[in-house]
Amino acid sequence: MMDGGIRADAQTAEQKIRNFNINFGPQHPAAHGVLRLVLELDGEIVERCDPHIGLLHRGTEKLMESRTYLQNLPYFDRLDYVAPMNQEHAWCLAIEKLTGVQVPRRASLIRVLYSEIGRVLNHLLNVTTGALDVGALTPPLWGFEEREKLMIFYERACGARLHAAYFRPGGVHQDLPPALLDDIEAWAQHFPNVLDDIDGLLTENRIFKQRTVDIGIVSEQEALDWGFSGAMVRASGLAWDLRRAQPYECYDEFDFKVAIGKNGDCYDRYLVRMAEMRESTKIILQAIEKLRAPEGQGDILARGKITPPARAEMKTSMEALIHHFKLYTEGFHVPAGEVYAAVEAPKGEFGVYLVGDGTNKPYRAKIRAPGYLHLQAMDHLAKGHQLADVAAIIATLDVVFGEIDR
Amino acid sequence: MSEALNEIAALLEMRMGDALVSHNVAFGELTVTTTATHLVKLIRHLQIDENMRFSTLVDITAVDYPGRRKRFEMVYHFLSMYLNHRIRVKLAVGEDEIIPSITQVHPSANWFEREVFDMFGILFSGHPDLRRILTDYGFRGHPLRKDFPTTGYTEVRYDEALKRVVYEPVNLVQEYRQFDFMSPWEGAEYILPGDEKKEAAK
Repeated sequence: MMDGGIRADAQTAEQKIRNFNINFGPQHPAAHGVLRLVLELDGEIVERCDPHIGLLHRGTEKLMESRTYLQNLPYFDRLDYVAPMNQEHAWCLAIEKLTGVQVPRRASLIRVLYSEIGRVLNHLLNVTTGALDVGALTPPLWGFEEREKLMIFYERACGARLHAAYFRPGGVHQDLPPALLDDIEAWAQHFPNVLDDIDGLLTENRIFKQRTVDIGIVSEQEALDWGFSGAMVRASGLAWDLRRAQPYECYDEFDFKVAIGKNGDCYDRYLVRMAEMRESTKIILQAIEKLRAPEGQGDILARGKITPPARAEMKTSMEALIHHFKLYTEGFHVPAGEVYAAVEAPKGEFGVYLVGDGTNKPYRAKIRAPGYLHLQAMDHLAKGHQLADVAAIIATLDVVFGEIDR
Repeated sequence: MSEALNEIAALLEMRMGDALVSHNVAFGELTVTTTATHLVKLIRHLQIDENMRFSTLVDITAVDYPGRRKRFEMVYHFLSMYLNHRIRVKLAVGEDEIIPSITQVHPSANWFEREVFDMFGILFSGHPDLRRILTDYGFRGHPLRKDFPTTGYTEVRYDEALKRVVYEPVNLVQEYRQFDFMSPWEGAEYILPGDEKKEAAK
């Protein structure tokens, strides 16, 4: 009937207006990955938002069931690839909880140090690309310069810029050289200036505020209903941080503040992330201090069944050599039982539910990604907003599809 | 820590005794087992009770135990941000059973239940939109069941001649490598050739 023919049933003007459905993504630069949103628009107002996820689904949980505990560790780097070590941390904590292994103090401090570097890595990416989504081009250029430096710290610790596999059950893979600590310290002392620069670009920027203030407001009750965690609840005024509330590793020794917001809108979430980067820098400096203290010296692996023997020992001891061989072929056995271990990842609560059956492979491992719940609330948050605000909301939800699709 | 959890368990026993099958504290975590009929009531109680206030749904998942009479085990994790404690609720589910959805109590259960349906094929009654979520459009089977092969059944490629993506049965160029590194001295129960006669001789 598109050839101009007259329809049999006459339509009134009102009937001719219909909602418009568009596909946002899966290859949209503001979708932060492979997200396909089916948006129902009334004019420019979003009526319904249906996220289609799973385009990056790799079946991590299924694969994990047929690999040993140690072989599963690198899968965690590939979940939230913006801050890889924080994910590994949850897996190590779950195994350590089930096997009852105590991590040596030096390893614990290194873990804290690199978790905080991961947090800065994540927030730098999120804040600056979030600004890009609402039209600011400079922040990513400035922020990525710092990310590059942090990536080099990753590389100097474990040899890889992204897929680190550095945190191991029972400690960390290798010790840090003193020169690396010096360089991280020099960076951490300089970094607040960079944050001031980004602050100057965005915080009081009229356009940035117009695009983020009062957009995507999350109340305290909504944050609970939708299962939010991390910066998403803190921006709504709930002072909830797992590092403070349920301290793991040695976070209880560190002096840091939990940043909270008031209004729960996109702007507050931005502010919370900026404040968290400053707090992380403080933790990094404290961790370096503690690593240099005499109590911070020592081994970086809890030597035992689940960790390899020292290299030198393997040259002389037959048992050590056998142990090393068995550890990297058969892998260690984890007692039967179930645990849930969670860390405060940069995006929120990242948890692992691990069911062990006493063999060298996990019977079932469920990865609880914070972004999964944040994205789920997209329909609720975007309803009634303009189409252009969808990009701003996605940016401050802090979604990465590696962890959402798993 | 575990004393506080024992207290919660005792309180639950007192107020919701008929909904509890069992409870225990292991590795500093409280686990309670319930039944499908009491699930929604129990979870609502956990949410509103002043001494519990499990305000946040952390996770829903399932575990497949093909050997059991009731094949699946649903696992719910809750967190109280106000009182700072966690709980795990479990229930056994048979292959043809339908579980009541808890989306009315926790809206965030929506995608978790979709995922469990997608991965295990467990059905939820009262769910607003029970579609597949992580797998491909038109996918068949439930990947996280133990009888689903890791390689899957179909593979996808772009066909140059047809100018579109085509689905084909999986064709592995080499056998799927599944090494067995279990020690013959401990753990594994190998039957070495000839050993089966020894059992018969007894």
